[in-house]
Amino acid sequence: MTMQIRADFAAIADWIVPHSSLLDVGCGDGQFLEFIQTEKQVKTYGVEIVDQSVLACVARGLNVIQQDLEGGLALFEDKSFDMVILSQTLQTIHQTEKILHEIARVGKECVVSFPNFAHWSHRIDVLMGRMPISKSLPYQWYDTPNVRVLTISDFELLANQIGLTILDRVVLDGGKRVNWCSNLLGSLAIYRVCSSK
Amino acid sequence: MSSLNTQVHHLQFFEPIQLQSGAQFGPYALAVETYGTLNADGSNAVLVCHALNASHHVAGVDEKGQLGWWDNLIGSGKCVDTNDYFVIGINNLGSCFGSTGPMSIDPNTGKPYGSNFPVLTVEDWVNTQERVANHFKIEKFAAVIGGSLGGMQALTWAILYPDRIEHCVVIASAANLSAQNIAFNQIARSAIMSDPDFHEGNFYAHGVIPNRGLRVARMVGHVTYLSDDDMAQKFGRTLRRTKNEAQDYRYSFDTEFEVESYLRYQGDKFSEYFDANTYLLITRVLDYFDPAKAHNGNLHQALSKVLAKFLVISFTTDWRFAPTRSREIVKALLDNQKEVSYAEIDAPHGHDAFLLDDSRYHELIKAYFGKIKRGKV
Repeated sequence: MTMQIRADFAAIADWIVPHSSLLDVGCGDGQFLEFIQTEKQVKTYGVEIVDQSVLACVARGLNVIQQDLEGGLALFEDKSFDMVILSQTLQTIHQTEKILHEIARVGKECVVSFPNFAHWSHRIDVLMGRMPISKSLPYQWYDTPNVRVLTISDFELLANQIGLTILDRVVLDGGKRVNWCSNLLGSLAIYRVCSSK
Repeated sequence: MSSLNTQVHHLQFFEPIQLQSGAQFGPYALAVETYGTLNADGSNAVLVCHALNASHHVAGVDEKGQLGWWDNLIGSGKCVDTNDYFVIGINNLGSCFGSTGPMSIDPNTGKPYGSNFPVLTVEDWVNTQERVANHFKIEKFAAVIGGSLGGMQALTWAILYPDRIEHCVVIASAANLSAQNIAFNQIARSAIMSDPDFHEGNFYAHGVIPNRGLRVARMVGHVTYLSDDDMAQKFGRTLRRTKNEAQDYRYSFDTEFEVESYLRYQGDKFSEYFDANTYLLITRVLDYFDPAKAHNGNLHQALSKVLAKFLVISFTTDWRFAPTRSREIVKALLDNQKEVSYAEIDAPHGHDAFLLDDSRYHELIKAYFGKIKRGKV
């Protein structure tokens, strides 16, 4: 898991311009924000709903705004950030299209990452008649925070439909980059996108 | 753990201060309490700003045996740790706990100021507090913190003295009062001013106090500090009865419900220690607060020059200073790309939550001040 997070962080960091501004939507305990601040000297804010995570961010000295993402990003103006990050959060939000529109509105560019439900191990689990549990999907079906189940192919279709241009894509499995049969071999997909308008 | 190291000061300021109204006022005195020890470079000072009815007595137990109004948050080993910070509480000008106010003797007349006491603003208070900072040779506060009206003072510090405040902690506050809020203040003032014992503010000479008006003012105010759920939980529709008494109504206007009894008690207690003119004055200070006014109502512009890092906190059930009002401050700071964190605490106690124990709220303050301290080491 640690390997995976680091590879994930590193892939995103490649897309971050030093000294730019960055908003991490669903920033959790601020681990990525702390990493990227040190790495790229960026000006960062996080958005998070969970009390304990907000507390962890404050303890790290990060800027964090507590709010529910289902309500959108009304506190933030259009194109007010160089980069908006939605890291492994998309699958936890009911209003999928709304949040994607919102990050594309607020960010000049965005990073979207999510666990790929079409990974071969998940396919086998389902074939065997059980919901998948893996490193990228570590929850039981009855206590998962994930409310949306999507695959790499699904995301690319939706991105196209709602006017997001895919600028770049990195697919990972076990911390390593996957360069072929991504939808089968990748467990985590990371996209760099922007609004097509 | 060391003790609080409480020091009580009665600071005299002989040079008159310029007020927002155009008037000048002075000389005047301010009652001040400090806790902890100012470090050699003066970098560990925290100013605590009080709300409507509090005072400079923030922490510990005073000579009257009273616990400081924010003792659950500030003290040795507490969220704002007085072993690390030099904490200053100031009783604001115009208040009635030792600082010069309407009850004080006007040297020009030899009588209490009463209705002649000047109408003040939050900016005026902050300017008087700045003189206290100078007295202690504090160039820059590590933090200025306040809840409600205290939060307005903290915000004003960041606006008026951007380079003299490193962190600004604004709790259960707003960038101005809503019409509803002003209306509640007006009801409270009307209650006081229509009391026959008010004598247009000069009741001291008549040897009376308008405590009927003050009681009603406090009752109205107090209801707005609690949430509906909180009141339902505390009192419900419970009748005020002794154990063996029947639960029937008495069909009278005496105290029937527990909530009535509670309100009367709060009103009575308040009218015994609070000055009616101070109540009028401070509610007016609240009404007038509006830093965006000088910028055509644009709060974004009003906050454009602040340098402090902000922590803004609101409570979900606070309807007097609702979370939406805190979010306006947060948005204006974000639009200016200022450093800000915002927490919305899901607490049941309404506006009063900022004074109460709530682990999520207190842990957040502790983490924030812990980080400020580590940043200095």
